[in-house]
Amino acid sequence: MKTVTLTIDGRTVQAREGEKLLWAALENGIYIPNLCAIPGVKHPAAACRLCFVEIEGYPRPVTACTEPVVEGMVVSTRSPRVDRLVYTAFELLLSNHRLDCASCPRNRSCELQRIARERRFSLRVKRLRKLERNLQVDDSSPVVRYDPGKCVLCGRCVWACREKGTGVLGFARRGFERKVTTFGDVPLGQSGCNGCGECTRVCPVGALTGKEA
Amino acid sequence: MNLTEEEKRIAVEQTRNILQGFSGGRGNLIPILQQVQEKLGYVPREAMEEVAQYLGIPAVDVYSVATFYNQFRLIPPGKHQIKVCMGTACHMKGGNIILDCWKRRLGIDVNQVTPDREFSLERVACVGCCTMAPVTVIDEEVHGKVTPTRVDGLLFSFGVKIPKGQQKEGEAVEQQ
Repeated sequence: MKTVTLTIDGRTVQAREGEKLLWAALENGIYIPNLCAIPGVKHPAAACRLCFVEIEGYPRPVTACTEPVVEGMVVSTRSPRVDRLVYTAFELLLSNHRLDCASCPRNRSCELQRIARERRFSLRVKRLRKLERNLQVDDSSPVVRYDPGKCVLCGRCVWACREKGTGVLGFARRGFERKVTTFGDVPLGQSGCNGCGECTRVCPVGALTGKEA
Repeated sequence: MNLTEEEKRIAVEQTRNILQGFSGGRGNLIPILQQVQEKLGYVPREAMEEVAQYLGIPAVDVYSVATFYNQFRLIPPGKHQIKVCMGTACHMKGGNIILDCWKRRLGIDVNQVTPDREFSLERVACVGCCTMAPVTVIDEEVHGKVTPTRVDGLLFSFGVKIPKGQQKEGEAVEQQ
């Protein structure tokens, strides 16, 4: 496997040829916010719009999860344009996220909190109107607790459920109504879920959490 | 919405007939769902399960596509289909008030059908007669300048009686 050398934020790093920029940065200890990225997936969803970076010679910021590394690439993870894009995407996610950090099982291990800390974002919605989705918590499974009000629709659980579980999770509906659910919107407990708990391990926020933990 | 055993049997049978004309693979999903809807008037769960099995994809993927597109309806249509216009003009003229009236009187939400299958309620985007806003279309017949009283009147014309005491309360109507 050939390696390429590139510069990220002034640091020279090595990466495998063809690898996506996001993983090259993360493996070298350079944090780029991300929610929907899954290691090893061929066609990234690029849905969360949080991993924007500037690449020298590119007219505008690009998502790091879709950009393969190239020899001699010069990357900057921060710029006014990047910060603005990422902050807006982050705010939009927060605007319909049930913020309940104090009693959330993922408090201090939440990816949204991490992004806020790394980029010095506030965990409050200032510019946008808060839109609650008023979704019911699904407590029917003996192992998994699903709170759709905290879901960021990253799709990691859908992927994990297909790869390692029984494939009961999927997306349904469109726009504001979109949610991760099961066939016919049946509660998890009756969906054929075998309780492997893989979804709780990949969920970046407190939407899918294990019950015994 | 509960289907009768007979309806389920027909749904499965018809879906299997339709599937015979298609090869496997995800690419055929939408054409199959369209044909199922053309045949049955809606896409029931039982049909979606058959399609998923035939194409070798998770059932939730079929559900995902069927709920994503407005063209698919998942519940059987009522005997009378009530479509409330929510286009720009109707919106300005209080289309949402009319929609609320229908919801309250029929006791159902949008995209649902009354338990006796008499009426189903839908919201549509502009039916092309904005001068008559707010508009409600019932079985292809256009009713313009609809008011809450007119909603009650229209229901009366279909033989639904609204008990006197309830008219102001706005409660759901008992259906005969």
